[in-house]
Amino acid sequence: MNARWSPFNVASVTLGLAFLYLPIVILIIFSFNESRLVTVWAGFSTKWYVSLFSNRGLIDAAWVTLRVALISASIATVLGTLAAITLTRYTRFRGRVLFSGMVFAPLVMPEVITGLSLLLLFVAIGLDRGFLTVTLAHITFSMCFVAVVVQSRLLTFDRSLEEAAMDLGAPPVKTFFQVTLPVILPAIISGWMLAFTLSLDDLVIASFTSGPGATTLPMKIYSQVRLGVTPEINAACTILIAVVALGVIAASLVNKRREIQRLRDEQMAQRGA
Amino acid sequence: MSDTVLAAARPVASRPSVLSRTFQAMYGRLVIIIPYLWLLVFFLVPFAIVFKISLSQTQIAMPPYAPVFSLTDGFGGLLDQLRQLSIDNYLWLTEDALYFNAYVSSVVIAAVSTVLTLLVGYPVAYGMARAPESWRPTLLMLVILPFWTSFLIRVYAWIGILKPEGLLNQFLQGIGLINEPLIILNTNAAIFIGIVYSYLPFMVLPLYSALEKMDYSLIEAAKDLGCPPISAFWKITFPLSFPGIVAGCLLVFIPAVGEFVIPDLLGGSQTLMIGKTLWNEFFANRDWPVSSAVAVILLLLLVVPIVIFQQSQARAIEQDR
Repeated sequence: MNARWSPFNVASVTLGLAFLYLPIVILIIFSFNESRLVTVWAGFSTKWYVSLFSNRGLIDAAWVTLRVALISASIATVLGTLAAITLTRYTRFRGRVLFSGMVFAPLVMPEVITGLSLLLLFVAIGLDRGFLTVTLAHITFSMCFVAVVVQSRLLTFDRSLEEAAMDLGAPPVKTFFQVTLPVILPAIISGWMLAFTLSLDDLVIASFTSGPGATTLPMKIYSQVRLGVTPEINAACTILIAVVALGVIAASLVNKRREIQRLRDEQMAQRGA
Repeated sequence: MSDTVLAAARPVASRPSVLSRTFQAMYGRLVIIIPYLWLLVFFLVPFAIVFKISLSQTQIAMPPYAPVFSLTDGFGGLLDQLRQLSIDNYLWLTEDALYFNAYVSSVVIAAVSTVLTLLVGYPVAYGMARAPESWRPTLLMLVILPFWTSFLIRVYAWIGILKPEGLLNQFLQGIGLINEPLIILNTNAAIFIGIVYSYLPFMVLPLYSALEKMDYSLIEAAKDLGCPPISAFWKITFPLSFPGIVAGCLLVFIPAVGEFVIPDLLGGSQTLMIGKTLWNEFFANRDWPVSSAVAVILLLLLVVPIVIFQQSQARAIEQDR
């Protein structure tokens, strides 16, 4: 039957989205507030952004965060993709149950436990806490998210393409790079972006595993939030939101164009046949 | 159908070099071994260490616990160390009612929030699944997008709204609904709002995918046969969306039990949640063995829901294969 908007459905979706977006919109609006108070509007001003850019500590933290996120997301994407292939393509090997447990458990594991356990590992093996340890920690929890994203794409993937390539004599590695990879690439890209933003956002695990000189932006924001709500934090948050939103929108546009291109190619192929 | 890419040792058209042949032979194993080893070292081994340290004695040193199981002293030393292991930290957890209350109230707060998230999320997911098909990708994107923005920022945004002189009270007083400001911030109500808000996408997405797959001609048939809409919902829609409900509730409940940021920023000083207790034990009291013991008990508490979650995910893969 045809789906259409009933009043109840419109109302519930609208209210749900309003609930999700209103707090963020309010936060952004008050980052442009003239007054120091974040709850009373006193006119438009960009002074908090100006003062933000002269805040050395915040800028340093932002650089650390960005570097951690770039490195950890890239490594997590490789490891997560391998894990996804293992989960979907290798049904029988020793320890498979343990492996799928280790991939899915971090998705729901409370962050305090992950953070504490990783910290104790780093202390036990004598690794100094800092940039490296935060990066390792972020790779570990974000690779599981990448694995889930890529795995769901691999499941809907037409296996006969891979089999055809191998029947024609392509070795497994070549099959992967020439047949599988192009198809699952959008999922890998969104996996990378997910890993990147997870790393950008993380407060709890970073607080446990980071050391002096590797304070990340969420740690900095958190310590300032504890002192009170200020428009400067709103400004910092707005910039973070803008960066992430632009990234997500750009990625979805790229995906859409690829999709259109693919449909056009398919139509051409059918017409040719 | 070849299950393992590697096992399918098929005739190769061109003659590859020895090196590349070795690599091809290793390929399948490497694909498994690399992520496997990584997760063993950085996920499983750390838990063993947490367990080990939870059995050790607190020391004023760096690291602040007595070493357990170092093999440097040989076998005799190992036996000696085994004798030093103690369950003191666990006994300590039972002696101080604070910990017990924190566990209980974490589970209660997480359970209440999960039910609230389900009540808010179900109509949203239902509305999305019944929306015209051309709308659905956009709606899905709109639900996912807040999830990409920082958790910390989204929780922080609520402080300005819920404060006594905050926007919600200004609004309610402005329209004359209340005279006195509502005290919401620093109460459990603020924690419920924070959890529902932060975890809503986790609830909506699995519900949506379950509801979207549903065949609505079943409802039509029920209606044609004279079934009132509400009982059609309970007899058809609800059972068919049950896997989504289970997945959504677990995705909210498990992390919410150990939540730290929300109770810390939105809850008051008297809010008891175990994630906050663990954090304070670690960062304020610097008592690593006790915080390890807290973590071990928390993990034991969550083992059953985590296993159910893992099973349901693994089953979903099997079905889709």
